[in-house]
Amino acid sequence: MSAGTHQTGGTGSGLVKWIDSRLPVFTYLQKEYAEFEAPRNFNWFWNFGAILTFMLVMMIATGIFLAMQYQPNTMLAFDSVERIMRDVNFGWLLRYLHANGASFFFIAVYIHMFRGMYYGSYKAPRELLWMLGVIILLLLMATAFMGYVLPWGQMSFWGATVITNLFSAIPLVGDMIVTLLWGGFSVDNPTLNRFFALHYLFPFLIFGVVILHVIALHVTGSNNPTGVDPKGPQDTVPFHPYYTLKDSVGLAVFVTIMAAFVFFAPDYFGEPENYLEAAPLKTPAHIVPEWYFLPFYAILRSIDFDIWFIEAKLGGVLAMFGSIFVLFVLPWLDKSPVRSGRFRPVFKWFFLILLLDCLLLGYVGGHSPDNKVFEGVEWLKVIHLGYLGTFWYFFHFLILLPLLGIFERPKPLPKSISESVLGGGSTGAAATAKPMEKA
Amino acid sequence: MSDDTQDHGGHSEGRRDFLYLTAGAFGAVGLGAALWPFISSMNPSADVLALSTVEIDLSAIEQGQRVTVKWQGKPVFIDRRTPAAIKEAEDTPLGDLRDPETDAARVVTPEWLIVIGICTHLGCVPLGQKSSEPRGDWGGWFCPCHGSHYDTSGRIRKGPAPLNLPVPPYEFLNDTSIKIG
Repeated sequence: MSAGTHQTGGTGSGLVKWIDSRLPVFTYLQKEYAEFEAPRNFNWFWNFGAILTFMLVMMIATGIFLAMQYQPNTMLAFDSVERIMRDVNFGWLLRYLHANGASFFFIAVYIHMFRGMYYGSYKAPRELLWMLGVIILLLLMATAFMGYVLPWGQMSFWGATVITNLFSAIPLVGDMIVTLLWGGFSVDNPTLNRFFALHYLFPFLIFGVVILHVIALHVTGSNNPTGVDPKGPQDTVPFHPYYTLKDSVGLAVFVTIMAAFVFFAPDYFGEPENYLEAAPLKTPAHIVPEWYFLPFYAILRSIDFDIWFIEAKLGGVLAMFGSIFVLFVLPWLDKSPVRSGRFRPVFKWFFLILLLDCLLLGYVGGHSPDNKVFEGVEWLKVIHLGYLGTFWYFFHFLILLPLLGIFERPKPLPKSISESVLGGGSTGAAATAKPMEKA
Repeated sequence: MSDDTQDHGGHSEGRRDFLYLTAGAFGAVGLGAALWPFISSMNPSADVLALSTVEIDLSAIEQGQRVTVKWQGKPVFIDRRTPAAIKEAEDTPLGDLRDPETDAARVVTPEWLIVIGICTHLGCVPLGQKSSEPRGDWGGWFCPCHGSHYDTSGRIRKGPAPLNLPVPPYEFLNDTSIKIG
């Protein structure tokens, strides 16, 4: 630590040195974000950590400024949001950034997670890193859900009613818990008030867990597309300027796509129904959650049968929470010693099927269970795809992954990152790395 | 990467400095552009600005009566002054005033004095709108917070306040009604 202080102390101005010798923030930044050695072979999927950091900051910033205009009261909430849209300077921009930002936050999170799943980033020694990520996902889902309630539209209200009622499935104490969550006997003003308070709080909890996530990352170092640990300096590059710049490029592309939605299709991800004020006496004909909850919603609805002594209602709730809980134990379900899907010829295909399965569940979650999948095919209902998708989701994690670890024969791994980057397997890593260092 | 034979300066730094500076400048402009909507959103919104004028019917106010109305969230004192009060205000020599201003410069018609009822010291609302309240040594208004006295033209005469009670922008729509703002 003290060696680092001396090294970086020389770079800053007098004031920087004065601060740094008392509170080594600059040394820390230099060590963890500039000199930090990252594998040289990141592909574009490794951009999403930086993108997510940006999204969190963007959501907190727009959220704080929206909170200055928003009224968390059932009598005022809906109109205050309309006032933000019409009267507040750039209020439309702040709100559309925040609303579309939520969608793009989840897009980035899901890509980030599937990246981790394909390249085995959850495997030892990164189990805790992964689990912290799952905690962030849970907090993010809670935050997004409560945020969606705040505009107090029809979907806000009925989404809140349905989701809080999930807890009524818990045996014995379910109803008490729901009453506690509501602060009353239905979703009403106390509910809106506490959701606003918690919606403001949770992002800062997320921020805290993100810090732990990054600390854990910087202990183990980043995984990489080969899944092979760096063997030495020839396998890594300093984070700055290599990945600060690469992250900037990826971020610019991502933000450009988001901006296209914000400015040209701001309600693309939204439900028209939510532009109607909440009416506690009238449920809309078709309730759907936001798209990022659809696969989980599909799993919830797919358990419409009793399993032994477990009633369908409780079964669905357990399955839905279970679908996230399996991610917690994923590091111990996947027993294959090989990290990257590149070298796992069978896993690779099942990974693709899992991805399609999640998309299928998304489709199922967005349609009424009794709808026909194809016009004219009477016997195939959406719910049937829900059964299939839900079965496959758990089958993949609970049965396939453990078995694959035993029966799959992985392809030979490259000796090192630089060997795989430079293609040729014949020359030594250190020798081949030399010409690259100039570039 | 051998651009060290650049024209002047002798070092290869020139080109890289240029890149740093232009990238930094673009970044700063971008950041400023991104911050603008956030800052702007804190300024008064359209619905607040829409309340920036208020119309008052004066017909019910009798001579010697003072009325308070609200304009932009602030109290506005309307005083239908008695001839004695007008005379007192007009006869005051400018030399006696801390913030010299003639009475004529502060009214549209002498009968109606219209001022913002916020003490120019630290923002309290002076007393004197009701005849039962203290009006200070000059018969105008008296601020209870720190003891500033205003005269019948709303001018500061004594106490810590530096300036006269400000006159809001207003116009007579007809003989008995005004529009403030």
